[in-house]
Amino acid sequence: MLKNKDTILSIALVSPSILAILIFVYGFIAWSGRVSLSQWKGLLPNYDWAGLRNYVELFSDPRFHIDIRNTVIFTVIFVLGSLILGLGLAILLDQGLRGEGFFRSVFLFPMAISYIVTGVVWRWLMNPAMGSRMSGLNLLFSNLGLDFLVNQWHTTPKWGIAAIALAAIWQMSGFTMALYLGGLRAISYELREAARVDGATEFQIYRRIVFPLLAPVTLSAMIILGHMSLKVFDLIIAVAGKQLPLDVPSIYMWQTTFDGLFYARGASIGILLLLSVAVLIVPYLYYTLRTEAEV
Amino acid sequence: MTSSSTTVVPRTKPASTVKRVWQSRNLLYVPLVLMAVFYLIPVYVMLITGLKGFDEVSLRTMWDLPQSIQFENFVAAFKELAPYLWNSFNMVIPAAVISSILGSLNGFVLAKWKFRGADIIFPLILFGMFIPYQSILIPLVEFMRRINLYGGLPGLVLTHVIYGLPITTLTFRNYYASIPKELVEASRMDGAGLLGTYWHILLPISIPSFVVVLIWQFTSAWNDFLFAVVLTSPTNWPITVALNNMAGSQIIAWNIQMAGSFLAAVPTLLVYIFLGRYFLRGLMAGALKG
Repeated sequence: MLKNKDTILSIALVSPSILAILIFVYGFIAWSGRVSLSQWKGLLPNYDWAGLRNYVELFSDPRFHIDIRNTVIFTVIFVLGSLILGLGLAILLDQGLRGEGFFRSVFLFPMAISYIVTGVVWRWLMNPAMGSRMSGLNLLFSNLGLDFLVNQWHTTPKWGIAAIALAAIWQMSGFTMALYLGGLRAISYELREAARVDGATEFQIYRRIVFPLLAPVTLSAMIILGHMSLKVFDLIIAVAGKQLPLDVPSIYMWQTTFDGLFYARGASIGILLLLSVAVLIVPYLYYTLRTEAEV
Repeated sequence: MTSSSTTVVPRTKPASTVKRVWQSRNLLYVPLVLMAVFYLIPVYVMLITGLKGFDEVSLRTMWDLPQSIQFENFVAAFKELAPYLWNSFNMVIPAAVISSILGSLNGFVLAKWKFRGADIIFPLILFGMFIPYQSILIPLVEFMRRINLYGGLPGLVLTHVIYGLPITTLTFRNYYASIPKELVEASRMDGAGLLGTYWHILLPISIPSFVVVLIWQFTSAWNDFLFAVVLTSPTNWPITVALNNMAGSQIIAWNIQMAGSFLAAVPTLLVYIFLGRYFLRGLMAGALKG
């Protein structure tokens, strides 16, 4: 189909990019993997073999236990919160009300802002100071007579990470809303109308027709949000800096590598993060691309 | 007549039902407006704090509207952050432009030329946009040190270009794949080569995709923190690193931090406000729902 000259030209056009990705993604992953099996601790590279020792140490490291716990809490609250809020907003916006475009824009704009900006602002909104120094949302709650809502936010012992998830929901729920809205618009109007004519209530229509048809959207959203929550980093740094109670693997990696110069351990955390993301993303890529090919 | 009216479903509902439905539909605005308030709270706080005079700023009155509009906070924040905003622009614009051009060429070749192994190469490229960057961070820093790009903006531009390739390639490939074969074949009949076809036929009609990809890359490079904090030295910090540093210091007052946050958000917010439609398409492409 293509002339010979064109084939060579095609290769010449894409090979720099493909080569760059091979090196910067796969080559670097392999390199990280090698570092994670080394004894590199200190400014100078040291590739002496350590086997799986770094990984073994990590799993008996109390700090890494905190990280895993925080990641689990964050993921559950963030993913569930974004899904529920996103679905609710999408259903509201799907009713054909006037001003739909305006509301959609409002719900989505946090996506355009960096986690650092979000974090800095929420840091002040979630100011935990009490009494006469009270400010932020606590002050607002107190002024509105909603004192029972006043809390310590991200400084709450053990559960502070949940407050960070709240800011993350603020940032990302517009995204799930957009996904669900796309899903709702893809459900034919006739289908719902037919159910209505048959005497189904609105509640039944959602339960029996709409929600089952939205299941694939929910799965996609869970995977995308889930892999984001495994990577959460900037938001926590901007809200609270590097604090042990709010530690997650990505912060541990950053700190132990570039502050503590424990490169081998940093690389192990990086590789574990990669594996956990791959468990979600590889099947997702596989199925998405396969369905695409079938269409 | 009477028999037909009983079998046909009435087109108009009785007046009372219409009114009830109308009223219940209006009730839907209550949650919508409440949620809009929730999403706008941070913007409200940033704006009103920024617009208050220094004498009026206090955590106690942070929710009150300013008594008079002043720009002292914005001016102070701008003085503090201007060099870093400039760094961000200098880094983001080349990063977005270069990765868009490369993505377009890749997408063109991958969409129009089904070579053996393409089915393996493409998912391998895509996976690159989901990886946690912690897994490549150490080699990246070592590599940049060795080629003497560590600490400066060119190294950061290169990083954003390369890790931006998966999504730019994906967006353009999907777009070019949707273009009818006949268009390309007609151009070949006329004797145009590969590049001629790209330049004269596909490039002009892919302007909307360029907008999508450019603003997506602009936004993600502008908002990036991890690469920037690891790869740049303090004078070359982009705005996100500078802002985070400002917020972490005890010296700079919270009101200036708020005004600074707003300044850091303005460029991407303007892009969103004026090109929101394209922004949304980039967002969906990122979830492979393009």
